[in-house]
Amino acid sequence: MVSLAEDVAIVAFSQTPSHAHFNDSEPAMIMPCVNSVIEQVGMDRHDIDFTIAGSCDYLSGMPFAFVMNIDAVGAWPPVYESHVEMDGAWALFEGFVRLQSGDIDTVLVSGSGKCTPGSYREGFSLQTDPYVHAPIGLDPRTQAGFQAQALIAAGKATERDFAEVVARSHANAKNNPYAQLSGDLSVDDLLAEPYLQQPLRRLDCPPTSDGAGAMIIARADKARELCDNPVWIRAIDHRIESHHPTLRDLTDSPSVRIAAERVGLHDGPVDIAELTVTYSPEEIILRDALGLNGDTAVNPSGGPLTGSPFMAVGLTRVIELARAIANGDGRRGVAHASSGPALQQNLLCVLEGDS
Amino acid sequence: MAARPCAVLGIGQTKYKRRRDDVTLDGLVREAVLRALEDAGATFDDIDAIVIGKAPDALEGVMMPLLSLCDALGAIGKPIHRVHTAGSVGASTSISAVNLVESGMYDTVLTVAYEKQSEGNATWALSGGKSGGQGAGGTFAPWIRNYIARSKAPEHIGWMVAVKDRLNALKNEYAHLHLPDISIEKVRESPMLWDPLHFLESCPSSDGAAAMVLGNDDIAKKSGRPPAWVISHAKRTEFGQFPGRDTVRPQAGVECSEALYRKVGITNPREQIDCAELYVPFSWYEPMWLEGHSIAEEGEGWKMTDAGDTELGGSFPVNMSGGVLSSNPIGASGMIRCLEAANQVRGTAGEYQVPGAKISIGHAYGGAAQYYAMWMVSSELNPVF
Repeated sequence: MVSLAEDVAIVAFSQTPSHAHFNDSEPAMIMPCVNSVIEQVGMDRHDIDFTIAGSCDYLSGMPFAFVMNIDAVGAWPPVYESHVEMDGAWALFEGFVRLQSGDIDTVLVSGSGKCTPGSYREGFSLQTDPYVHAPIGLDPRTQAGFQAQALIAAGKATERDFAEVVARSHANAKNNPYAQLSGDLSVDDLLAEPYLQQPLRRLDCPPTSDGAGAMIIARADKARELCDNPVWIRAIDHRIESHHPTLRDLTDSPSVRIAAERVGLHDGPVDIAELTVTYSPEEIILRDALGLNGDTAVNPSGGPLTGSPFMAVGLTRVIELARAIANGDGRRGVAHASSGPALQQNLLCVLEGDS
Repeated sequence: MAARPCAVLGIGQTKYKRRRDDVTLDGLVREAVLRALEDAGATFDDIDAIVIGKAPDALEGVMMPLLSLCDALGAIGKPIHRVHTAGSVGASTSISAVNLVESGMYDTVLTVAYEKQSEGNATWALSGGKSGGQGAGGTFAPWIRNYIARSKAPEHIGWMVAVKDRLNALKNEYAHLHLPDISIEKVRESPMLWDPLHFLESCPSSDGAAAMVLGNDDIAKKSGRPPAWVISHAKRTEFGQFPGRDTVRPQAGVECSEALYRKVGITNPREQIDCAELYVPFSWYEPMWLEGHSIAEEGEGWKMTDAGDTELGGSFPVNMSGGVLSSNPIGASGMIRCLEAANQVRGTAGEYQVPGAKISIGHAYGGAAQYYAMWMVSSELNPVF
């Protein structure tokens, strides 16, 4: 495990519900989250040392879309600020890294995405290389289908296993006011549904969602000053795999295995895991790569199958875990974010409560 | 705990040109990266993390391109991080890579920035994806006119910068534009694009990539390569439009350089800094940034240009490499400013070396002149000012 120069904690967090359609601008979606976290710590927004956001121009269908999002942060007088064209979880990564230098105390992190204005499948197929894969429209759902089929072919999972992930996720989401979908589903009913893209059925895939999240993280002394119940970020790391699906073992996640080692995942109990399970088969791969057993509650929030605002969904996993730990539902856990098709890039973040 | 010292240990650039149709995007970034690794005496095995930057994805039509470039960048099994802060992104990316080293979490970091503008339509993208947009020159021209009105600068200042940077570019093998017969007359007679900017006062549209290998103090010692120590860096952002905004000397730019200087105790940048690579995509931005970053007093920047102070042999050389006016792969342009500043203090700038340069700055701005990123490099880890 990497030794850290500074202890860092989450001192405030906020998220929007996962909206089936948010009928206003992206800044209008982020702003209540930003206002909420600033209010929670009782700071003046100008006293935040560094601000970093994650979003994706392509979701808005407009180059420089992220520039408008600074409206939500407030950039007058000028602010020390940056942006990643990645999920907000990677903005958290950069904020956490920045605090390690020890010269600043607080970072405001946000992530946001409006998937509903455009065609998600068309847009995200442009994540593949422009020469070989993009021209054939190799979109994420198709790659998720390859992954699901590979799992079945390898004897590592069945369609029933996928349906069980769906049923449990939707049942868990009944307790989550931010979830977009929830309810009691029977596995047999799910299996009776037609295929959307064999072997995936509609609820094996995420809903289309708009949403945002924000948090404030702080170095130890400041964290204790700002918050009675800080949730400590013990480690964070991310790793990537080959772009070419044929060069990967789609039934495993070596990048998650490396990251799990780097964050010292099993140096303590893992009470809760909030995983970016965008397609139900991914949970099976992630559980295995993370080495989780029955002692870990997986996606008690319901996870992305019940609400998946891309570019905020990874950061939202961290927020859901922080909330669960702050509420005393567990003491230590892991949040996972993913980027790219078929779990290509993966981030792990280990959180721990004070008590 | 204090930040871990960070040095530039390797630099790589591609040849910049209108159309690099001899390489894919993968080939383009790899060309710069392999040169940076070779310069650092390193291999992909030595790299702990990668930070990549570029301007909007829509320029090439590839969404979140780190995902498809990770193989070419040797990133498999490693962290790869993507920065996007509009035109300032090349410098912001460099700074994010420094943060990784300074954190103590990663010892050796590869950073790369690129643009392949020939694969897209830059003016469309720079107009926010609207057809018939005004482009960057259309945004900046009124502010330039405002500068001229405020400073009472004569109109030949812009032409002088355009000539000076193109003459410098003749000494730089990687520069896109090599215009050996450039002259004041040619600039003045070239078509007017956005009054007062003539065609030859504008940057070209380039394909290209730039890369650096950064390492901490232990790695720097082991590498034996001349280090450029990154002794300070700063970023500032402000809104692009609001009543009362000073678009000639934006406050975010002023505060960015103040923060940059304050960290290392610079009180007189004109005297204490040896040379600068400033983001000058349109000629008039040389005097505007000299003033906007407090290197010259307000209203005095153009006088430095007029007196020849910013020429290669002058008292404060600016854009020794030829600058953005000679090569502009947008997403890489800020990183090129940073690595050319590093070239100067490492003594590796070849024909455009400023003799004895010890302290230099790299700078970029973006959006509606609202994003700023700057770094300061030094031949010594702890220079005394």
